[in-house]
Amino acid sequence: MLYFIEQCLNGVQLGMLLFLLAAGLTLVFGIMDLVNLAHGSLYMLGAYFAATFAIVTGSFVAALVLAVVASLLAGMVLEVIAIRRLYRRSHLDHVLGTFGLLLFFNELVRLIWGPAGMTLPLPPQMLSAVEIIPGIYYPMYRLVIILATLAVAALLYVVVMRTRIGMLIRAGAANREMVAALGVNINLLYTLVFGLGAALAGFAGVMQAPILTVQIGMGENILILAFVVIIIGGIGSIRGAFVASLIVGLIDTLGRAFLPDMLHLALSTNAAATLGPALSSMSIYMLMAAVLIFRPEGLFPAASR
Amino acid sequence: MTSPLLQIDRLTKRFGGVVAADAITLDIPPGEFHAVIGPNGAGKTTLVGLLAGEVAPQEGAIRFERSDITRLPVYRRSRLGLARSFQISSLFSDFTALENVALATQAHRGHSFRFWRDARREAALHKPAQAALARVGLAARAQVRVDRMSHGERRQLEIAMALATTPRLVLLDEPMAGMGPEESAQMVATLRQLKGAMTILLIEHDMDAVFALADRITVLVYGRVIASGRPAEIKADAAVRQAYLGEKESTGHD
Amino acid sequence: MTASFDPPLDHAPVSRLTGRTAFIALMLALLALLPVYTTLSGDAFVMTLFTRVLILAIGAVSLNLIMGYGGMVSFGHAAYLGIGGYAVGILAKEGIGSGFVQWPVAIAVSALYALVVGALSLRTRGVYFIMITLAFAQMIYYVAIGLERYGGDDGLTIYQRSGFSNLIDLNNKTVFYYLCFVLLLASIYLVSRLINSRFGLVIRGTRSNERRMRAIGFPTFRYKLICFVIAGALCGLAGALLANHTSFISPALMHWTRSGDLIIMVVLGGLGSLFGPLIGTVAFLLLEEALSRVTEYPDLILGPVLLLVAIYLHGGIEGLLQWRRHD
Repeated sequence: MLYFIEQCLNGVQLGMLLFLLAAGLTLVFGIMDLVNLAHGSLYMLGAYFAATFAIVTGSFVAALVLAVVASLLAGMVLEVIAIRRLYRRSHLDHVLGTFGLLLFFNELVRLIWGPAGMTLPLPPQMLSAVEIIPGIYYPMYRLVIILATLAVAALLYVVVMRTRIGMLIRAGAANREMVAALGVNINLLYTLVFGLGAALAGFAGVMQAPILTVQIGMGENILILAFVVIIIGGIGSIRGAFVASLIVGLIDTLGRAFLPDMLHLALSTNAAATLGPALSSMSIYMLMAAVLIFRPEGLFPAASR
Repeated sequence: MTSPLLQIDRLTKRFGGVVAADAITLDIPPGEFHAVIGPNGAGKTTLVGLLAGEVAPQEGAIRFERSDITRLPVYRRSRLGLARSFQISSLFSDFTALENVALATQAHRGHSFRFWRDARREAALHKPAQAALARVGLAARAQVRVDRMSHGERRQLEIAMALATTPRLVLLDEPMAGMGPEESAQMVATLRQLKGAMTILLIEHDMDAVFALADRITVLVYGRVIASGRPAEIKADAAVRQAYLGEKESTGHD
Repeated sequence: MTASFDPPLDHAPVSRLTGRTAFIALMLALLALLPVYTTLSGDAFVMTLFTRVLILAIGAVSLNLIMGYGGMVSFGHAAYLGIGGYAVGILAKEGIGSGFVQWPVAIAVSALYALVVGALSLRTRGVYFIMITLAFAQMIYYVAIGLERYGGDDGLTIYQRSGFSNLIDLNNKTVFYYLCFVLLLASIYLVSRLINSRFGLVIRGTRSNERRMRAIGFPTFRYKLICFVIAGALCGLAGALLANHTSFISPALMHWTRSGDLIIMVVLGGLGSLFGPLIGTVAFLLLEEALSRVTEYPDLILGPVLLLVAIYLHGGIEGLLQWRRHD
């Protein structure tokens, strides 16, 4: 039971990280109609920035803040130099171009930081475990991740739904020509949106770094999960991304934790041992397949587009 | 009395709060040239979508030759003999006019699970295609790529595509959209030739064309049929006049 | 007077046509004579490299069928290389070394996987389709990693190349090279027949305007699915060849970035042209090879090159050869 609760929380934690990535992706797609395979690279850069800043400043929080700012800037610079030239092109060109960026960033990181990867140490105050329910302990840092990402999600909600910028973002998602015609500086809006997505990705990269990884190519696997989230949730829908992230995070975590054991009950030891790990990693793709069969537009398709 | 070819029975479509089609009921006997008119926003486009199968109604039914086609997918309706042309030309722009029409012919001549033989040399495909092109006056332009054709030619090609599927009923969605007076006159001539040879449901803004060609006219306003009858009756109808009051009678294009 | 269709390309001036045909003829001739060069010069590496080129070109040809002609941008095509390869590897490990069994199985399983993935994915379009094929490819990648018995993450060594009784000895590198060459030419020929057949016209029409195709009476989903399966099966064959070539198969072959490589090869060569995939594969692998000799960080150059291709180069290299008419 303890294990189950712990895994559920881990699932929520993964879900929240996924949400940060998926939100950025879906925003960029919804507003600029751009598929960005290099989104995972921004996640990776966030982690590397933080690891470096942590060495320099000695403080986790300072590293976090600096890394997020650096990710924001990196995203905006990238948008101006490279991304904006892809807007008019086909989705295939987006895929090709951002794939090139992905390769470039992996190599760049290897050049600057070396192939071995880095570590970002846990902030010392957060090394303990918290008793969330009597008798049940959960690592404090993981709890912090959940709360911090929830806070960011709430902030995102407020910005998108309640501010002027947010209104422009939503309008741009619904009808970009109209927004441009109204005299809004579309170029600046796009740069900001892309930067926002980068910052979210970078933030996620930093938060997961102490417990997961800081290494080359780390963005790729989670990027695909983020795609699955968007497919399940519905492209262009932040609410859909939120719900789907939680679902995907929970199913993936619980699947990996419990499926092998459940399989052992049902199948022979050999078969379970062979198939177990493989099948448990398939669980979210099975979910995605199910959504595609029964509700191909996603669980919460965006009203427009 | 022959049974109607097309029976539209209380067809209703709502988009959120907007009722785009409000219990539309209409019978079209075989061989009739029937026009549907109405001011902008009347729901004509929605009606076309419902009949073609791209939009599903919330209520009501559509019967074609007495079978219920309300839930049939688009391609099946075409197979049954219900052809349509598009208001905004929807053609294969990187193919020639002949290739375009030949594809339409191909859809109705056996199956296309043939993987080896060169279909470009199939006389069974391009002879009827050539004939359809001739019918709309495009015989000479058969080898021209669509993206090099004029707007008027593309509109004619739209008609040819519909004809090539040997339809029982042709749904024409504003064929004269965006045409100048000369091209419109040509289109009217083309349509006049088709009159009687097949059943036609024409959606149009061009009043001259409508009154010149139609056997019967239905008037749609805000998704609802407000009048339906012979051209003379419609012209005299008070409700119709009111609906168009303040609206300039369009004589060609918007 | 026959009213046969002129494919759009026929309006190109004769000089361009001849130039392009000459280029391809030259390329084919060089490829055909390559083993002679290898024997004379003793440089075995060139043959190894170009065998790989030929095999991956088959994969590119299959992807071009659905992507270039069919408009279905699949970001999961490397999955079939893996499935074909693992079919050979797994059967070999379980004691079945006959190519007469391995290769048909490779093709059949690939076709089956394509059928399932296609049935689920082809209901969607555009970006959705790209992401979904990507996800399914990643899924099969993880499945392969989970197969402990067959090497898991480390991969599986294949100790014996596929046996074909006394018909052909794949251990002979030259023989294997020519087999791949012949299979590549056969694939290209197959595609050339396919795209002008009734089926091919439906596929191309669907790419051009799917809405229109449905309106004239074609159940487009069916046709796209069959095309998808054909492409998967052909790529499965390439996978079987690849497993034989490297005598090794691992999940890395199915990583989605490998699918990206295939897309690059197709785009570089020119979408929707018969020999484009071959040109693109040659160009890409040579570029990779050249860059890795010049620098320790090849992707620093390759990445931006891809970006530039995406931004500026429509029609790929074949477009440069002015094969396609630009509008």
